Amino acid sequence: MPDVLLDFLSKSNDGLNQLDSELASLLDSPHDSQALIHIMTMLHSLKADAGLMEFSGMETLAHAGESVLHGLLARIEAVNDDTINLLIELADTLRGLTERIAASGAEDINVSELLERLRSKAEILMEAATDPETTAVAPSGAAESAAIIEEELPEDPVVMELDDEMKEVLKDFLQESYENLDRVDSELIELEEQPDNRELLSSIFRSMHTIKGTCGFFGFDRLEKVTHIGENLLVKLRDGEYSMTEEIATGLLAMVDAVRAMLSEISDHGHDGRKLYSRLIDQLTELKDHGEIKGGSTLHTAPPAVAKPLPVETAVLDVPTGSDDSANDASAAEAATTPSVADKAPESSGSKPAAVREEKSSAGIVEASIRVDVPVLDSLMNLVGELVLARNQIVEYVGAHENTQVVAAAQRLNLITSELQEGVMQTRMQPIHSVWAKLPRVVRDLSRACGKQIRVEMEGKSTELDKSLIEAMKDPITHLVRNSVDHGIESPEQRLAAGKPAEGTLLLRAFHEGGQVHIEISDDGGGIHPERIKQKAIENGVVTVEQASRMSDQEICKMIFLPGLSTAEAVTNISGRGVGMDVVKTNIEKISGAIDLDTEVGRGTVFKIRVPLTLAIVPALIVSTGGQRFAIPQVNLIELIRIDEEDQSHAIEFIHGCPVHRLRGQLLPIVYLNKELMLDTPQEGALNIVVLQAEKCRFGLVVDQINDTQEIVVKPLTEALKSIPVFAGATIMGDGRVALILDTLGIGQRARVMSDSPDRTVSLSVSSVAEKVGKSETLLLVSTASDGRLAIPLNRVARLEQFELERTERAGTTVVVQYRGQILPLVQLSDFLHERRASHDEQDADASLIQVVVFGEEGSQVGLIVKEIIDVVDEVLHTRGKSSRDGVLGTAAIDGQVTELLDVSAFISTTSGLISDLEEAA
Amino acid sequence: MSTSKPQTYCTFYLDRYYFGIEVELVQEIIRFQEITPVALAPHVVKGLINLRGQIVTAVDLRSLLELPGRQPEDVPMNIVVKTPLGAFSLLVDRIGDVLELSDDSFEAPPDNLDGMARELIQRAYKLDGSLLLTMAIEKVVSADVLNRQKAAA
Repeated sequence: MPDVLLDFLSKSNDGLNQLDSELASLLDSPHDSQALIHIMTMLHSLKADAGLMEFSGMETLAHAGESVLHGLLARIEAVNDDTINLLIELADTLRGLTERIAASGAEDINVSELLERLRSKAEILMEAATDPETTAVAPSGAAESAAIIEEELPEDPVVMELDDEMKEVLKDFLQESYENLDRVDSELIELEEQPDNRELLSSIFRSMHTIKGTCGFFGFDRLEKVTHIGENLLVKLRDGEYSMTEEIATGLLAMVDAVRAMLSEISDHGHDGRKLYSRLIDQLTELKDHGEIKGGSTLHTAPPAVAKPLPVETAVLDVPTGSDDSANDASAAEAATTPSVADKAPESSGSKPAAVREEKSSAGIVEASIRVDVPVLDSLMNLVGELVLARNQIVEYVGAHENTQVVAAAQRLNLITSELQEGVMQTRMQPIHSVWAKLPRVVRDLSRACGKQIRVEMEGKSTELDKSLIEAMKDPITHLVRNSVDHGIESPEQRLAAGKPAEGTLLLRAFHEGGQVHIEISDDGGGIHPERIKQKAIENGVVTVEQASRMSDQEICKMIFLPGLSTAEAVTNISGRGVGMDVVKTNIEKISGAIDLDTEVGRGTVFKIRVPLTLAIVPALIVSTGGQRFAIPQVNLIELIRIDEEDQSHAIEFIHGCPVHRLRGQLLPIVYLNKELMLDTPQEGALNIVVLQAEKCRFGLVVDQINDTQEIVVKPLTEALKSIPVFAGATIMGDGRVALILDTLGIGQRARVMSDSPDRTVSLSVSSVAEKVGKSETLLLVSTASDGRLAIPLNRVARLEQFELERTERAGTTVVVQYRGQILPLVQLSDFLHERRASHDEQDADASLIQVVVFGEEGSQVGLIVKEIIDVVDEVLHTRGKSSRDGVLGTAAIDGQVTELLDVSAFISTTSGLISDLEEAA
Repeated sequence: MSTSKPQTYCTFYLDRYYFGIEVELVQEIIRFQEITPVALAPHVVKGLINLRGQIVTAVDLRSLLELPGRQPEDVPMNIVVKTPLGAFSLLVDRIGDVLELSDDSFEAPPDNLDGMARELIQRAYKLDGSLLLTMAIEKVVSADVLNRQKAAA
């Protein structure tokens, strides 16, 4: 594909994207004249580009669309849904055309019908607008005059009243124009050397055309006139009527200078100055009409290019006006004091004022932003990453240094690096709006298709995050929005019936907090029904009935992120959510983000996404274990705990071999890093616990040492090592050695404290934390069949389970249940205690679920069926005397109630026979 | 094996064997570097090396080819190779000469080679008094091969 075509396609694509977002904003406020102007500008430049490329279909369509916009600007009250729909259709068709062009190089789409509709619409509008009633925006009239050249120049240009948004547009226009002009300058020079280079001509033409088109809308008549005539001249060149001559080139260059001068006037005063440029226009007209300037007898005798009596000289020097500022005066003076220079090189003196002024007044605009290729930024980011590493190394090395000068230099380096890093990150930042811009359109199309009324609200559009993250967020956000429209918000009838306004609201929020970007997508729809999710989850075998019955509504709703639930079509129809949610979650987690949801039936749903600001450099905590250092991303870090050696014995408790620490009334599962990494190092001295959070699960990670925090540069691991889930990558430390970055999620899963093995999740809350002086014990309170209370030391308990009664079987005289690939014998508490009342009947009638306390080691476990699990308490036990019956150690008062204490050893020894019996049977 | 232009090989020693890899795959040869071990990694992966800011995975060819372990006092050399999977450092006993050999003097390895060697050794070159074995580097560093070792260990 030729470059020109590629250029054209990419430019059209940009234009169409903007068009989409403008159309979307028009939907919100149909009478926004600014949006109309933007749309018209875009259509106009699209038309010009398409014309240049000789894509007549696009050109005529864009032209017809432009006419409609002209009409609309004249009669802004005529903007309604119909017209907007027509414009959206136009935008889609244009996009279709560009896609066809990209694919096949031809515009093989029939557009005549749409064209007809556009034309008739434009006609109706124009007729209605014959009464030249000026609308709120002046430019419309000016735009229409685009073709009129011979209009009288006003003596005093009217400074347009511009609101902030228009100022923004104007700024963009000026900036773009300056860029264009600079390019035109050099292209003209090149064109002189290769007069037949069509590509160059096209490019020049396009640039001038864009300037002309845009300034028309702003009502800069003279600027428009100058560019228009220049454009006409270019057309002649393009059509081959004239070939490029020195004279023409000079004329065009003069035009460029004049345009530049006017632009600078605009950026200073808001109008295009009072200079008439009549001589320039005359000369250009002459050039256009005859290909040369007649009667200019000196032209051919003069030295080439520079020494011609240039129009621009006339323009700038001969028509000084009161509005000229000192820069112009100064340059005029300069020209006057150095007449010989001015004579010899009038062009340079002519263009100088413009140049000077540009430097002085438009510098702000020109340098306010430049376009940079993304790969350049990427490589900058990489370099900064390396610099951060080098900085870390130097700072570490200097730490041991005495020389204050070196230390001071290192400190400065440290500071500068941090600032540089921030600066480079800034360059990669983009507002979230670039993702959101197309959403109103998506919502609108989709809600129409579903027959819903939905309004989109946005908060925090300008919240910025890294470009690569923006890219990665596009799909998940769009997906969530589609989901909310499709399933979240109800139909108007349903909403009215529920006492809500017919129009649903979809709120997009973004904000920075805690070094992360938060994005929320909320709707005021029907919410997610946990019961339906639960049903479906059980049906699909994602969870068992027992597991489901133990889950909170919140946990159940989160199951929509599980893959098992996402693919089932039926879930969508019933529950309203779920297709592809696991993909959304995976995508967000891929960029180290997290997603969460809040939902309330009847009130709506909020999806909360958190993503880091950037991926490459993250703050981390450095810890060491077994002589190795590891980095833990601070995102996962909650707090640090240190337990002195002498307190360790009771700070770490065990639930059947699982260590836990009691942290402010919550049991925190403890994971030993050295064990998980299979490092052969003993744990000694004080205990350092790093409390980490991955997803919703917290756990304490025991490490040998907590060193410090550092900014680390994340480097990926090779393929073969990526399969080790506990590492997220590697980094280079200050001393040049490599350290591994721990993946909190991976460690949690490996240690099985994470949700992927929910049965080991220890999250029992301790109801009454009585921090007493004596040594307290954690007790599990259960009720016996005769409604007595029984306490079981929690550290003797392996697990608490719930089984469906129908899953229990009989093996000989023993009740058993298949459990984790084993056969678990079950003993009724009443049988063990020889209580008289047999509880079977009662339980059969009572519930289909039985509560089981599991004791013993893996492979030789026994379950105790209890009536109910009441609570877990912390108590200092004061048993009173020997109990009257077997299997009970004694009685105690717990929470003011008499409670028996189960003799666990006796239970295990009496039931051990059951296990051996079973083994023999097997 | 068609006759073609000669190929240059970087040679090295492993135990009592003499190996070679195409010289253009070699990024550089460095002395022994400090290696950060990676817990839970396949045992052939000795760890990670910081090569001027680039993190390189070190693979012990002795373990990979199921050769007896090195004596503790023998410090291995690093041959850093460029592969589509990134840079790797191959730990070898000793570096040999760079040899230019023509393709037609190679023979496929005998069929009775066992285990990893069979998979990783491409061809044998008959030198005077010794055999030079060439290795398929891309295979050596593939996750598949490295992790297979873990399963076997």
